[in-house]
Amino acid sequence: MNKPLRRVAIFCGVLIMALLVRVNWVQFVQADEIKNHDKNRRVAIDRYSHPRGNIIVEGKPITGSTETTGSDFKYKRTYKNGKMWAPVTGRASQAFGGTQLEEIHDSILTGNDDRLFFNRTIDMLTGKPKEGGNVVTTLNARAQEAAFKGLGTKKGAVAAIDPQTGAILALASTPSYDPSLIAGNSKDDEKNWVALGKEKNADEPMLNRALRQTYAPGSTFKVVTAAAGLESGRYDIDKSTGIASPFQLPQSTHELGNEGNDARCDKATLRVAMQWSCNATFAAISNDLGNEEMIKQAEKFGFNKEVFTPTRAVASIYPEDNAPQNAQAGIGQASNRATPLQMAMVTAAVANDGKLMKPYMVDSLEGPRSVVEQTEPEEMGQAVSAPNAKKLQDMMETVVNEGTGSNAQLPGVTVGGKTGTAQRGEENKDNPYAWFISYAKTESGSPVAVAVVVEDSNAKRNEISGGGLAAPIAVDVMKAVLDSKR
Amino acid sequence: MSSINTGINTGSNTTVSPGGLPSRRNTELALLIFAVLIPVFAYANVGLAKDGTIPTGMISYGLGLGLLAGVTHLVVRRYAPYADPLMLPIATLLNGLGLVLIWRLDLEPALKPANAAPAQLMWSALGIALFIGVLVFLKDHRILQRYTYISMAVALVLLALPMFFPGVNGAKIWITIPGVGSLQPGEFAKIIITVFFAGYLMVKRDALALASRRFMGLYLPRGRDLGPILAIWALSLLILVFETDLGTSLLFFGMFVVMLYVATERTSWILFGLLLSAAGAVAVASVNQHVGSRVQNWLNPLALAPNGGVTETAQAMYAFGSGGLFGSGLGQGFSRLIGGIATKSDYILATVGEELGLTGLMAILILYGLLIERGIRTALAARDPFGKLLAVGLSGAFAIQVFVVAGGVTALIPLTGMTMPFLAQGGSSVIANWALVAILLRVSDTARRPAPAPAPSPDAEMTQVVKP
Repeated sequence: MNKPLRRVAIFCGVLIMALLVRVNWVQFVQADEIKNHDKNRRVAIDRYSHPRGNIIVEGKPITGSTETTGSDFKYKRTYKNGKMWAPVTGRASQAFGGTQLEEIHDSILTGNDDRLFFNRTIDMLTGKPKEGGNVVTTLNARAQEAAFKGLGTKKGAVAAIDPQTGAILALASTPSYDPSLIAGNSKDDEKNWVALGKEKNADEPMLNRALRQTYAPGSTFKVVTAAAGLESGRYDIDKSTGIASPFQLPQSTHELGNEGNDARCDKATLRVAMQWSCNATFAAISNDLGNEEMIKQAEKFGFNKEVFTPTRAVASIYPEDNAPQNAQAGIGQASNRATPLQMAMVTAAVANDGKLMKPYMVDSLEGPRSVVEQTEPEEMGQAVSAPNAKKLQDMMETVVNEGTGSNAQLPGVTVGGKTGTAQRGEENKDNPYAWFISYAKTESGSPVAVAVVVEDSNAKRNEISGGGLAAPIAVDVMKAVLDSKR
Repeated sequence: MSSINTGINTGSNTTVSPGGLPSRRNTELALLIFAVLIPVFAYANVGLAKDGTIPTGMISYGLGLGLLAGVTHLVVRRYAPYADPLMLPIATLLNGLGLVLIWRLDLEPALKPANAAPAQLMWSALGIALFIGVLVFLKDHRILQRYTYISMAVALVLLALPMFFPGVNGAKIWITIPGVGSLQPGEFAKIIITVFFAGYLMVKRDALALASRRFMGLYLPRGRDLGPILAIWALSLLILVFETDLGTSLLFFGMFVVMLYVATERTSWILFGLLLSAAGAVAVASVNQHVGSRVQNWLNPLALAPNGGVTETAQAMYAFGSGGLFGSGLGQGFSRLIGGIATKSDYILATVGEELGLTGLMAILILYGLLIERGIRTALAARDPFGKLLAVGLSGAFAIQVFVVAGGVTALIPLTGMTMPFLAQGGSSVIANWALVAILLRVSDTARRPAPAPAPSPDAEMTQVVKP
């Protein structure tokens, strides 16, 4: 019986060997994949087992961590003035995951980033608890506060950029939410989460309107159309365009006028057309240059492309369209759609003598002991030639000094701007969006360009105008930036 | 040691090497000291990881385990002086580590049953008492031959009993005795039916091997030789399938095939067994929903449950993966996420994998492998066919159980739900396995004894059984 016994011995050995091979496969070959599987709760437990690094504005953290009990997770994210900063920070929630900066730079904030390996090793050797790194933002606290306070209870968004670098100075969106309310994973957090959700809350407080919502840019888009006109060489700032107002849209009987300003707008120069926001003039220029030219110019300002700040901003759209639609798109209507950030980029490029800088909001990533990554300003391209940019500035300054944007005047500072009242809804029956874009200028160039949009469904229709509702907010933001420079 | 043993292993069944073998009792004592010290250190490790202090129970736990090990050692020294020196230390080490792991899981308030470790310690003590009882009262394993048919009846009763008790987690494998708790009679039936198989096959093995007709290249034995054992075996399988205890039915099947193969020395049995078990497995998996879902979990271990939750299988895989090479350290893992009551029994290997890592898990598997191979070595060394069959049956059953549980937990094969011998929480399991080790030690003591009691010569039987 010994021969089969030996074979049984071998068979049992093979069984044990199969188990050994299997555990090696699972615990060595597959280990990394399983260990970091998104359903493996250990990932989250580890993530919240030590305080998270902070998001920093002007040297001060706008986030924090607090110890919690009663769950697997030891630390919970807290936010200082969470409602105001939510469009910048996003959220880091134990139950609902992370978004925006919290998510994009999660590995730095948790301290798991490969670039922090050296730090981690030192901490391990010296027995110090694991520390997360910090995300240092480019934001300006006073500008953010001005933007957030200015929007107040209204629905809308503000984006402000430093035109010379592309650094984002303010990014506000209202109505907003406090990410602290949903940072944990308790019953209360869940209740808050449901209450903030799209299904229960038509105001969508968790929507980042500055980056993720596109609006018809309305008359503020006329700056782009003017740029295209100047670049074509067919139009000049103080030369009569020869365009009659009202303008009859091509292939249509519809006439585009400018509510009572037709006399001023008839055969106006570009400067005057901009000053009084003449629809006829700019629709005709857009029509004259054609869809292709218009798309080209819009894309030079950053349209039709997502922007990563690093938080993703959705693409603003200048559409490929037929002649009548293209004419309307030239005055920021029809299928023309822009984010507040996009319009701030347009303004910034004009203020920066035509050079468009890539917008960014993270200045650097800091490990516990050293800077891990430093963002360098990056050029996106020359949106318009420098001389034409100067002419655009000239026009926008006229708008503020003696046109529809007079509400944006700042004593002792050169301000250029453009109002916009974007019609929307079928047959124009919904309340329009009030837009205002502007920049301030000093001897050393422009420190701030800002775009404001207010969607106010409660105001009386005839009270809504870019100059009235949006311009004061833009002024406050510009003032805040200028003050903090002094 | 092996060079000495090979002398007897390769020799014929009836010759005995003169002068006998060294008893190796001192080797066993030295190994036992390790087997007690390692769990004691593990115990301290858990306490330090969880509370930052040496746990208060460490001294008494260490003394208790040491005392149990000491007593077993003395009993082996006195009643089975030539027994294999490795099996007792391995069983002690596995049992001790199991106790530490269960105690460590007791510290997770979410896991049921609470306070399982003290109960497990009591069951272990009972198991060791049974171990001592077997060694003291069973002077010679051949006595068991007398109880061939009684053990058949007892095994069938034990297997059928759980049918009259409510099922737990889809399997009816428990009987509940008020005041004592629940027992898994299948664990005991495993040993008792091995005795029956060994006794029956020993008598009929030549008939089975020789008096057969050749049919389609296979040797088929006569119905009157094979019939009774096939009937009993089929009956026990039916009961188990009815109770949806698939792990145990697989165990019985495998054990039966192995013993039949060893008894008849005919390879065709293996082929036959493999074909039958494959057909049976497919049939059961396609009919039974409980099994079907386990097959699904095995094929896609990381897939989510129908309600969107993470399955136990996936949780166990996460535990293994997160353990990595060296593990998180005892007490620092999150096997509580597996949840349920299986964490301390079926899934206890997941805790080993997570907290002791690949290294620790491989060490445990190798300990099992060593124990199994020592059992088969005992079978090789045994001088009588009954002893050989008994030892290989018990070792084979042990091997299959280890493979089915560990393979199931690591998703190598579908999970069938049995306990990890010695390691897992469960009274019946630990008691039965101590008895199993005791019987193996008794067989090995008889085998290695210098002046063996005269065994019935297998050559004599060979001429007597075969009838036309």
